[in-house]
Amino acid sequence: MSDTASGVPASLGPIESAPATAGRPAEGPWRAGLRKLRQDRTAMASVIVLVLIVLACCAAPLYASRLSQTDPFQSNLDGQITIGANTLDVMQADTAGLGLGVTPIGPTWHAQYLLGADNQGRDVAARMLYGGRNSLIISAASTVVCLVLAAVVGIVAGFAGGLTDTILARLLDVLWAFPIYLLAISLSIVLISKGLQIGPINIASDSLILPILIIGIVYVPYVARPIRGQVLSLTRSDFVLAARCLGVPAGRILLRDILPNVTTTIIVFAPLMMALNMLTESALSFLSIGVQPPGASWGTIIQDGEDLLYTRPMVAIAPGLAIVITVLALNFLGDGVRDAFDPRAKLRVRKD
Amino acid sequence: MSGTRPTMLHAASVTKRFRVGSRFRTGGVQIVHALTDVSLDVFPGETVGLVGESGCGKSTLGRCLLRLYSIDDGRIAFQGKDITNLSQRELRPLRAEMQMVFQDPYSSLNPRRRVGDLIAEPLRVHGKRSEADVQNRLRELMELVNLSPDFLQRFPHEFSGGQRQRIGIARAIAMSPRLVVADEPVSALDVSVQAQIVNLFMDLQQKLGLTYVFIAHDLSVVRQIATRTAVMYLGGIVEIGDTDTVLHSPAHPYTAALISAVPEPDPHGNIRARTILRGEPPSPTNPPSGCRFHTRCPIAQERCGVEVPVLRPLDPGRRVACHFPLQSGEVAGHG
Repeated sequence: MSDTASGVPASLGPIESAPATAGRPAEGPWRAGLRKLRQDRTAMASVIVLVLIVLACCAAPLYASRLSQTDPFQSNLDGQITIGANTLDVMQADTAGLGLGVTPIGPTWHAQYLLGADNQGRDVAARMLYGGRNSLIISAASTVVCLVLAAVVGIVAGFAGGLTDTILARLLDVLWAFPIYLLAISLSIVLISKGLQIGPINIASDSLILPILIIGIVYVPYVARPIRGQVLSLTRSDFVLAARCLGVPAGRILLRDILPNVTTTIIVFAPLMMALNMLTESALSFLSIGVQPPGASWGTIIQDGEDLLYTRPMVAIAPGLAIVITVLALNFLGDGVRDAFDPRAKLRVRKD
Repeated sequence: MSGTRPTMLHAASVTKRFRVGSRFRTGGVQIVHALTDVSLDVFPGETVGLVGESGCGKSTLGRCLLRLYSIDDGRIAFQGKDITNLSQRELRPLRAEMQMVFQDPYSSLNPRRRVGDLIAEPLRVHGKRSEADVQNRLRELMELVNLSPDFLQRFPHEFSGGQRQRIGIARAIAMSPRLVVADEPVSALDVSVQAQIVNLFMDLQQKLGLTYVFIAHDLSVVRQIATRTAVMYLGGIVEIGDTDTVLHSPAHPYTAALISAVPEPDPHGNIRARTILRGEPPSPTNPPSGCRFHTRCPIAQERCGVEVPVLRPLDPGRRVACHFPLQSGEVAGHG
């Protein structure tokens, strides 16, 4: 450990960090984290995969109108398509599949009905893109809802302490005590059957806002509890005591000393929570209590494919694969973000 | 210690208790008697050293003196103004005048903020200084603590312990305080760096006319910097007086034991008579009756377990809380 001798200007003294860093601006924790993240190949590959998926889903209307030339929200039981010289029925005469005398067309591997049709004669590929859009919107928006609520609750509880903390912590415990899916399913059944009417707020039962709120809220304790713990220890840390001693007002301490240290935790949580939320959304939609028909999400398409599992497995496999790929990419990205921004964190998103 | 001199800091019968545990857990609520009836006057320009074993309440006293903690009993006045019952909000303007340097130079600096930002915090919170003014003051402060102004843009993790402690000191003196409580500011540092930081403290005292309360468990550090020394044991001051007097001819058996525990290289090979204390310090949740030290005292008598000794003047410039103070030159247990 070298230090400058008292009375000697530091610039003349043997200062260990000076020569190595001379001329380069000091790298903040944020920039250092981003640099580490950029060097993480798995994380970067995940980012590319995610960007491609998002772009594809954004192009859903374009795909439906130009390539597929169908309305993915309208049943098309007696439609016909032309592939090369052949004209084919979308619902083909066959008793194997639905047991109704017709079976949806299988994957054509052409622009129209690339992945075949579902039991209503709708283009699965086009529905996949629209469904992906919903799945991504719901999982991303519910992540935002969850993180914002959890951050507010966690920070208020940890910083205020005392009775406020006791009440908030017990509320989180109560929420935590419910199995996630049981809670999500109960909430969904109640809300989605009737919609939500509280005073002037009126949310229709088929609105995406309902699954967003439900999924966002059920995961709040999973994020709020670690944040509360972190804020609690930060509030008792020496540098917060030092700030108090300097006469810094509590609001400024919260903003300048505590929040920046909590932000990493929130950022690290974001991709991992989004992956969890996507799985939850798919599960709810699969059970018909997520996205409501004729809207689609990857979960509802899997449900559509349930009856066709043996004759037209692609209807269920394609959205299943989409979920797996997206969730894996989000998890890899989340691991990368954690290693880059918070390498010491023992933080893992726990599943119930 | 005439009572007529104006005090920088006046603490009278300060008592601090902490509650530990919970009614709902096994063991229930316990009361830690961190400070019991502690009185201390700090006069302008002097350095009062606070010494004692770890857990004796030195740091708690330091924090109570600055009212970082509320106190359960007693009175604290800073520059004649009673601050015993001021809220943290009411204390804020006074914070510019009284500051603290912390023990751990690592945990006392927010790792996410640049050095310049850290040192400028009190300047931005207190005065209505212009940004250019703040920058000038920052350069001035860096010069005072012998650090390069280039370091202002760096983050704390880029510095060694000694450099970080200089940053902590720069932050503490940013508002030109009158009183600085230094809470073991060198005990986390390498021995080679300790001397430099102690020298820096003394330089700054001369240049800025600071008053220090200097907490340490290393007697040699206290001997170097403190004009008066207070020895603490289990939440109370057992002896206080001029540093030379207290450390050369201790009157309290605990002070004597503390001094004799310091290994001292002696070129003449004289073996000093040593006082070895038996056992651990008693738990502050259940302090002994009478004199708190009687359970470990080599010269304890029946009276010590019953009657609490008060801090009374022994000779000019020294007070001691003992029924049987040692005579000059006498070593406890060997007299």
